[in-house]
Amino acid sequence: MNDWLLALVEMVLFVALAPLFSAWVKRVKCWLQNRRAPALLQPYRDLRRLFAKQVVLAHTASPVFRATPYIIAGATLLAAAVVPFISVNLPTAAIADVIVLAGFFALARFFLALAGMDVGTAFGGMGSSREMTISALAEPAMLMAVFTLAMVASSTNLSTVIDQLLAQGFVLRPSLLFALLSLLLVGIAETGRIPVDNPATHLELTMIHEAMILEYSGRHLALIEWAAQLKLLIYGVLIVNIFFPWGIATHNSVSALAVAAGVVFFKLLVLGSLLAVGESVLAKMRLFRVPAFLVLALTLALIGLLSHIILEVG
Amino acid sequence: MLEQLPLYQQAILTLAAMVMFTSFALLAQSRVVPMIHIFAWQGLLVAVTTGLVAFDSGKHDLYLSAAMTVALKALFIPWLLHRLVKRLGIDREEHGAEHPATVLMIGAGLVIFCYYVAQPIEQLSASVTRNTIAISMAVVLLGMLMLVSRSKAVAQVVGFMSLENGLFFAAVAATHGMPMAVELGVAFDVLVAAVIFGVFFFHIRDSIESLDVDQLNRLSEQDE
Amino acid sequence: MTALYLTLLIPLLASILLAVFGNHRGAAAFNMLATLAGFAASVWLALIVLQHGPLGGEAGQFHIDSFNVYLIALTALVGATTSFFSAPYMAQEEANGRLGPGRLRLYHASYQGFLFTMQLALTTNNMGVLWVALEGATLATVLLVSLYRTPESVEAAWKYFIVCGVGIALALFGTVLLYFAAAHVIPDAEDALLWTELAKHASSLEPVVMAIAFVFLLVGYGTKVGLVPMHTWLPDAHSEGPTPMSAVLSGLLLNVALYALVRVKILTDGALAGGTTHSPQLAGHLMMGFGIVSFTVAGLFLHRQRDIKRLFSYSSIEHMGLMTFAFGLGGPLATFGGLLHMTVHSLTKSAIFVAVGHASHIAGTQAIEGIRGLIQTQPAVGWGLLIGTAAIAGFPPFGVFTSEFLLLSATMKTHPWLTLPLLTGLGIAFAGLFRHLHPMVYGDQPEGQVAVAANMWPVIVHLVLVLWLGLSIPIFLADWFDQAAVLITGSGLL
Repeated sequence: MNDWLLALVEMVLFVALAPLFSAWVKRVKCWLQNRRAPALLQPYRDLRRLFAKQVVLAHTASPVFRATPYIIAGATLLAAAVVPFISVNLPTAAIADVIVLAGFFALARFFLALAGMDVGTAFGGMGSSREMTISALAEPAMLMAVFTLAMVASSTNLSTVIDQLLAQGFVLRPSLLFALLSLLLVGIAETGRIPVDNPATHLELTMIHEAMILEYSGRHLALIEWAAQLKLLIYGVLIVNIFFPWGIATHNSVSALAVAAGVVFFKLLVLGSLLAVGESVLAKMRLFRVPAFLVLALTLALIGLLSHIILEVG
Repeated sequence: MLEQLPLYQQAILTLAAMVMFTSFALLAQSRVVPMIHIFAWQGLLVAVTTGLVAFDSGKHDLYLSAAMTVALKALFIPWLLHRLVKRLGIDREEHGAEHPATVLMIGAGLVIFCYYVAQPIEQLSASVTRNTIAISMAVVLLGMLMLVSRSKAVAQVVGFMSLENGLFFAAVAATHGMPMAVELGVAFDVLVAAVIFGVFFFHIRDSIESLDVDQLNRLSEQDE
Repeated sequence: MTALYLTLLIPLLASILLAVFGNHRGAAAFNMLATLAGFAASVWLALIVLQHGPLGGEAGQFHIDSFNVYLIALTALVGATTSFFSAPYMAQEEANGRLGPGRLRLYHASYQGFLFTMQLALTTNNMGVLWVALEGATLATVLLVSLYRTPESVEAAWKYFIVCGVGIALALFGTVLLYFAAAHVIPDAEDALLWTELAKHASSLEPVVMAIAFVFLLVGYGTKVGLVPMHTWLPDAHSEGPTPMSAVLSGLLLNVALYALVRVKILTDGALAGGTTHSPQLAGHLMMGFGIVSFTVAGLFLHRQRDIKRLFSYSSIEHMGLMTFAFGLGGPLATFGGLLHMTVHSLTKSAIFVAVGHASHIAGTQAIEGIRGLIQTQPAVGWGLLIGTAAIAGFPPFGVFTSEFLLLSATMKTHPWLTLPLLTGLGIAFAGLFRHLHPMVYGDQPEGQVAVAANMWPVIVHLVLVLWLGLSIPIFLADWFDQAAVLITGSGLL
């Protein structure tokens, strides 16, 4: 019973911290670009404002359009439940399979693309087609990186993977190094950050995610924005907890949990800063160069897999 | 298994994987100056790996080989190529392959082929570097793939030099280096080859006004 | 040992001196002098080996035995006679305006440098140094192929550099694998690349690794031999460079590359003799395959040629294919024939190229259509070309006929069904050569064609030697061939 409560607390923490992570990334970006950053609590205020506003629907909107924000929020929430955040030994660990995670994200993306096309505006359709192009190339890369992980730890269950990697101590594995690089690139593509997509733009030439949600307003928009921030946090937690798992709680005592919370907080702080540095240093790529970027991610994952087979076994 | 090896032996394997990655990066790169830089990094990585193998196996000759590799492959030849590129004025041109994604996939296939070919050889070696024999063969074949898929002379020469890097790496991986006289001879040959290539670029450019070797096609069996 | 060091150091020193003073007026004369001195040293070396047997001692860095002693003398001889041809020829080229004095410095220095690398490759006992020398030979000649700086010659040189460079890189990989196999068996790592040591321990070398190493070495050194399909550089490089270059490339470099290949084959045969993982005849069969393909393809391509030097380059490919086939077939008859063929082909082909050089000077072009009436304009050149071509096509009583006859006899004994393709190929090549030769020698003499100052002595000397070798091989040479056959295949002919 205690463990289920812990799982619930972890999920709530996940959801609550998501806007904070995005705010931190924005803050570091502003520091680097010599601008004055908005307050760290600003995204919460934005969400509250949006929840209070009225929903305006186009008269051509179908039930899919109305249901999509809830589906996206629900799928991303379930994905958050699946990823180990502070503790490895949770009841939800039984479904903590990476392929399940990929499935949840695919579900959310599918409905978002449908909703983008639903109302019939040009921007929405354009955003949906761009998003599908990118995900068609990002999915194989992510799965290849996942397979590399699975071959190293002999399982696709995230908790098992983290347990195995912790048990082996500090090992310099070329396969995991390349899988990490590949997942970083895929994460940037999937969460729509520079250099793939600009999260703050509304220019026709450059927007992908923003184009699909252009028609949403009120609480629908709030749910979708929150889900996007949650997705970014999920990818961040995935990367820091799998590739740098030291500090995560393997048994659920209060001290271990407290230490784990502090460590993962610190790791996310560093990752967020690195993301902000990357976004400031790199320019957004032209759309037709995104496939080359994702082929690079796929090649890195492939090299990781090949390194595992050639170098690490036998 | 990997966890049981000491840290510097794990480092050897990781560096070998990074050398293979630089080969792929060379295949994908379409601008000349970054190509030369990646080649320099490859030389440096191979030299560091050689140094670690020297430390592991106790063969002090390898330290000298590593130093020679740094001097030749990571410093002199990239400097020479860089100077040539500046004098030829081609640093802003497009030097990539026709279909980069296909070339990368063929490269991955070549790595798998090398793994298959190197299997019987790897079973005979007892050293920690036996797994890197396949990687070194892959670097050789990837260098050849780069030679074959490019139509500009400088890119072909970088592919050729990367092939030589793979050969040196193969010698280090399979046999912990060759006898010193042979290593010196090979290094000297590579040096002379690089210098002659440099002279050659100017001859090519003077005779056909470009460095696109696809345009060197007057001698063919078609009309005869 | 002094003779050995002299044989090696004379071309090296000459190369360095000519690199500095090469555009002096006496450079060509100095070149001739240096090659004569090198030839004298190599003859002295051969006499020493004749009297005392193999030279080099146990685990020495050099090894002169019956297989390479006559090749060393042959290399020095062809180098000397070609330098006699080259002196007036290059002077004429300079007068025609095809090159300047600075280029002559490069030419002479590279010529001697090339001879040095050839002798080093032949005399060394170390397989790694053999590789270095062959790569050095490529590097020494690549700038000579593009000596005239025309677009065609630059293209030929680039192809030569890249194809041979990659080929030789593969051969280095094969050498690494050879060292890998050797290091397990030979206790002292410094000796593990010495051919004498490897031959002693050949049966304990790991067969799997040796098989893979042989494939890489066959493809690598085979590129330099000119085996199809790695031959694409040969017709271009041999036809675009200056004619003395074509003569030494065709006559010498191909031979030395084949020599390297056969040395490796001896080791591989020893390693695979157990017959567990691979067939013991793997090396032989691979060489036979490449050989007969090269022979057939080159014979067919002969008919399509329009440039006289390309014509004879394809003839070189054809003969190298025949030799590779002979060594692959194995057995005393074929090996003896192959060794004899190496010698006579080198002499005949270089003589032909000398005659071709003069013919192209007379006609002012290298195109076959432009060369006519040689026998009327300058009978010496016409007859030289005619007799040389007859010799290379396999007319008795020249040496080529003898070696081809030996090869055919051997083929009939072991693989009778292969005699038909061989005979057909020989017939096709014969037809191709004479079809092009006939109008060149006997055609109508064009207006205003005059004789040139031609030194036909190299041609005469070579063709007389080939005739002599065809009629009666000197005893010492036959003994050397026999001992080499024992070395290569385990049993002798005599």
